[in-house]
Amino acid sequence: MTSLTLVRQIAARPSIVFDALTTPEGIRCWWGPDGGPVLIAETEPRAGGRFRVRFRMLDESEHESSGEYLEFDPPRRLAMSWRWAGDEDKGGESRIEIDLRAVAAGTELTFTHAMLHDEETRLSHTDGWAGALDKLQRHFEALKGTAHV
Amino acid sequence: MVNYETSLDRTFAALTDPTRRAILVRLEREAAATVSELAQPFAIKLPAVMKHLDVLDEAGLISRSKAGRTVTVRLRPEPMREAMDWLQRYERFWSGSFDRLKALAEAQEKAAQAAEARKDGDE
Repeated sequence: MTSLTLVRQIAARPSIVFDALTTPEGIRCWWGPDGGPVLIAETEPRAGGRFRVRFRMLDESEHESSGEYLEFDPPRRLAMSWRWAGDEDKGGESRIEIDLRAVAAGTELTFTHAMLHDEETRLSHTDGWAGALDKLQRHFEALKGTAHV
Repeated sequence: MVNYETSLDRTFAALTDPTRRAILVRLEREAAATVSELAQPFAIKLPAVMKHLDVLDEAGLISRSKAGRTVTVRLRPEPMREAMDWLQRYERFWSGSFDRLKALAEAQEKAAQAAEARKDGDE
């Protein structure tokens, strides 16, 4: 399964990180790829509750994503479904899991965003591949310096 | 650090070998080739080339079809391209987000510690 994993060390206790992740006031301060403003942040902080976040990027485009909290276990663990409004990336629904572990320096945050299986099946049937190998090789060269290939 | 897991690990592992990269580059140019055509430029034996093709096949980068005794090999990069696009998009999104999340949480931690120190001082 295709998934993205990020690990961050944060010099703050897990409860502070958990609140920053799940409260509208917290989300307004950090959500989005480039520091553009968050326009709407709504959360129902419980398992089965929903969230919705709309943000504007520095190029003026606006994007909105929403989903459901599948697991809500403060201050340790959060799992949620994720979908762009209007399915803008044609990606369907994906799944996010966040684990917060108390460490001496504060919190180790482990984040995983996973493409769901039916998405991958659908994508694998998409036609066209111009430039794909170029891109793969560029990416490979970029990664080679960093780690574990 | 970013971990590209499972199928992408296989893809990148497949790409670490210069012979395999040369095979892919050639398949990109020629669309299809037989196994013996692919083996020709290399100073290695056919079974070794077959092993490289197995690795590329398992990584989903090529497909092989057999007609009689001839095996034809084709490039098959679609799943990887899509997976790569997906990963890059979300890596950008979440890396940027978590940089600011970290800054926010660390500022709040400092404020909380300062408040706790004041409270202890009052008691």
